[in-house]
Amino acid sequence: MKRALLLATVAFAALAPFSVCAQDSNTQKDNAILIKNATILTITHGNIEHGSILIRDGKIAAVGTDLKVPDGATVIDANGQYVMPGIIDCHSHIAIDGGVNEGSVSVSSMANIADVLDPEDMSIYDDLAGGVTAANILHGSANAIGGQTVVIKLRWGKPASQLPFEGALPGIKFALGENPKRSNFSPPPGVEPRYPATRLGVEETIREALIEARQYKKEWDDYNQKKAAGNQNLIPPRRDEKLEPLVEVLEGKRYVHSHCYRADEILMLIRVANEFGFKIRTFQHVLEGYKIADEIAASGAGGSTFSDWWGYKMEAYDAIPYNAALMTDRGVIVSINSDDAEEARHLNQEAAKSMKYGGLSANDALKLVTLNPAIQLGIDNRVGSIDVGKDADLAIFNHDPLSVYAVVQKTLIDGRVYFDRQRDIDARPALEKEKQDLLAKEKKAAEEKKAEGKTEGKPEKKPVAKKKQPPTSPSNAGNVAGGGL
Amino acid sequence: MSRAISAKSLSFQLISFCLALSLAFPLWSQPAANVYAIKGAKVYTLAGPAIENGTVVLRDGKIAAVGANIAVPEDAQVIDAAGLEVYPGMFDPITQIGLNEVGAVSATVDTRELGAFNPELVASTAVNPATAHIPVTRASGITEVLAVPGIGGFDSEGGGVITGQASAFNLAGWTMDEMQIKRSVAMVVNWPSIQARSFDFSTFSFKEKPYTEAKKEYDKSVNELSDWLVRARHYAQAKEKGSPDLFVRDLKLEALVPVVEGKLPVLVVADDARDIRNAVDFCTKQNLKMILGSGAESWKVKDLLKEKKIPVILGPTERLPEREDAPYDKPMTQPAELNAAGVPFAFSSFGTSFSRRLPQYAGTAVGYGLPHDEALKAVMLNAAQILGLADQVGTLEPGKLANIIVTTGDPLEIQTQVRYLFIKGQLTSTDNRHRDLYEEYRKRPVPPR
Repeated sequence: MKRALLLATVAFAALAPFSVCAQDSNTQKDNAILIKNATILTITHGNIEHGSILIRDGKIAAVGTDLKVPDGATVIDANGQYVMPGIIDCHSHIAIDGGVNEGSVSVSSMANIADVLDPEDMSIYDDLAGGVTAANILHGSANAIGGQTVVIKLRWGKPASQLPFEGALPGIKFALGENPKRSNFSPPPGVEPRYPATRLGVEETIREALIEARQYKKEWDDYNQKKAAGNQNLIPPRRDEKLEPLVEVLEGKRYVHSHCYRADEILMLIRVANEFGFKIRTFQHVLEGYKIADEIAASGAGGSTFSDWWGYKMEAYDAIPYNAALMTDRGVIVSINSDDAEEARHLNQEAAKSMKYGGLSANDALKLVTLNPAIQLGIDNRVGSIDVGKDADLAIFNHDPLSVYAVVQKTLIDGRVYFDRQRDIDARPALEKEKQDLLAKEKKAAEEKKAEGKTEGKPEKKPVAKKKQPPTSPSNAGNVAGGGL
Repeated sequence: MSRAISAKSLSFQLISFCLALSLAFPLWSQPAANVYAIKGAKVYTLAGPAIENGTVVLRDGKIAAVGANIAVPEDAQVIDAAGLEVYPGMFDPITQIGLNEVGAVSATVDTRELGAFNPELVASTAVNPATAHIPVTRASGITEVLAVPGIGGFDSEGGGVITGQASAFNLAGWTMDEMQIKRSVAMVVNWPSIQARSFDFSTFSFKEKPYTEAKKEYDKSVNELSDWLVRARHYAQAKEKGSPDLFVRDLKLEALVPVVEGKLPVLVVADDARDIRNAVDFCTKQNLKMILGSGAESWKVKDLLKEKKIPVILGPTERLPEREDAPYDKPMTQPAELNAAGVPFAFSSFGTSFSRRLPQYAGTAVGYGLPHDEALKAVMLNAAQILGLADQVGTLEPGKLANIIVTTGDPLEIQTQVRYLFIKGQLTSTDNRHRDLYEEYRKRPVPPR
């Protein structure tokens, strides 16, 4: 993440794509849209050549080869391009305001990512431009039990309140291995190392928290039982925001998404979950999942992994690009995720690697970033395939999305175009002019201020405000914004 | 572009893949053959138009002949490559392969030395020929790399200004002596950036400092760099003209002499357009032969790069724009822009475990406007030209090292398999740690319930 801030331009630069989608915000919702002349990759019932998709009220109303254009419908001519279900990223940290980890404690279940969603994070737009329409926004992996998680739709331009995927069950992040035991991180000076420091301690931390949660649940169950029996003047147990989400886990009302690498720690968590009577919803990263694919499949958990990351830490040394295919072959529901705002921009390419490494079919490869993550997140009744009744969350590519040459042309969420490549390109000159005008205005204001001889102005806190240097080389002349400032 | 989406059927790929394996192993385990003839393939020499039904003859580690009507020597082992495509192997010109096994485990990482000025350090000294990264990387068609000290590793801080000399080597061989193409290829300079904001991994948060302070640090680093070059010039003079009895060797200055003499290029790593301009200005004044590394904002200074004839070794196409107000696709369109502007460039991974993504980086740029043939050059030939190694690798021409890949199709496409791999004229296994683990665990019996 080296996205340096440039003057005050960030503020208005962020508005750019807002204005792009504002143009059609009122016209598309509630009206019919017909995408015609498309190669439709339905995922559930094959590919349709020269097909059409009819969208009404944000839902897919019809899919076929002989659809008529309804009166008043907006028509998108795909010109033979490929339409696939919007990509679903089962492991993302975009749209989070501030830190991803509440790393001060080993059990941080009281922290909730849904409380800190940032709808202006540029990564939302970046990933939208990669065909991503929904993402599982996770707390970091610093803690054995991390924070609460939320599934969002990438509705760029909408307020934070409209990002969450309606009806999607909330989750919680668990984490095993090197990160929660802090193997690769030193505490800041003067801070004591934190328990746990071993995989043994990670298990103990999780089990201890679940025992607490079970006890807490019992107190509430007793209270509710007595209250229902008509007992008066009862004092309710004190609410505990750390344990409430864990009670929901025990009751199956909240999914556990567990960061993990090594086979042994995955089996450990399956045992602990069995002991407490719940299921792990997804194992995240799960880079050694291929070693114990049968056990994962039998546990009912999904596996959400990287395409080909390996070797960056010890527990990733046995990672293989065949992981997704091998787990799929053994009956695990598998998705390929990004864990990274950039990687999310080409999850279609990452999925294609499972054809090269392990021989998945094209449709099974596409499932890794569509239907399978939808199943893992419990939203497959709404998204993940191109079927009548599902949300019109779609990505239009100029080529087969499993090709390295495919580029996203449009991304739709709820039947609305949230990303349009051509419109993005067309808007660039106006944006550049706006930026130059603002820079000139600021420069003028600074000069006037200087001329007035004011010295008691605000101290210049932000380093960016001080970048008013003369151009460093002749090539910079007339290109004030060319990085020289 | 039609090539891109005409992926061969999977079953065909699998069957042919298995055939390739069964064929490769007996050859691999025999005493090294000296002569091979690859027959019947479409041959992309990158030195002329593609040759249909071409033949490539390899002898004693070198390419002996390439063409449509080449006689197969009697002593040659024949590789029937009908339906396949032949290319020069790919060259990843900025990696840490051999210097970095497991990024987070410092005991396995030799990329970053202490101290800010270490021109005497040479990457190939510590390249581990037995690293698991070499077979993994070459299985994707990369046959030679440049190992670059001072880049990569878990710690983003430190690493110094002059981080040492980069070494080029082939991805096969028992020792560095067998693998090495050239020990000292470029002097690596991490251009000091005016960094008011930096990420601190120890606290996992951003640290800010006032601009004036950052600028002062920057000026100090550049002045020091300048001083080192001045001293190297004096050292060269003293060595040439001074009394041998009084002359005392200085390893650092000695290493810098070829730099100040313009014989050894400097690989200057910089991203920000301002930093690039400053670096170009500096190298011009100092008369250094500059190669730009990473160059995220090269597009902003392409005219300057063109004018000064400075080539670029690009970082991964898969990165976010440097600034939030840059077009979202700038890293993907930049290669096409540089190509149109006439700035020579090569793709690189800048990594270790990501080196195998090199063809993906190039392919992505094709999707965003880079001509396909230029993309092939930018992963096979351009790096060799930029680094002064094109007399040895980069094209299929007689006399060059026989670093060759035989593929099932377009080498930039994700699903394409490398069927045969030749390094220095030897048929080299594409087997690797990942395939071994896959084969081992896919055979695991279903455990009892």
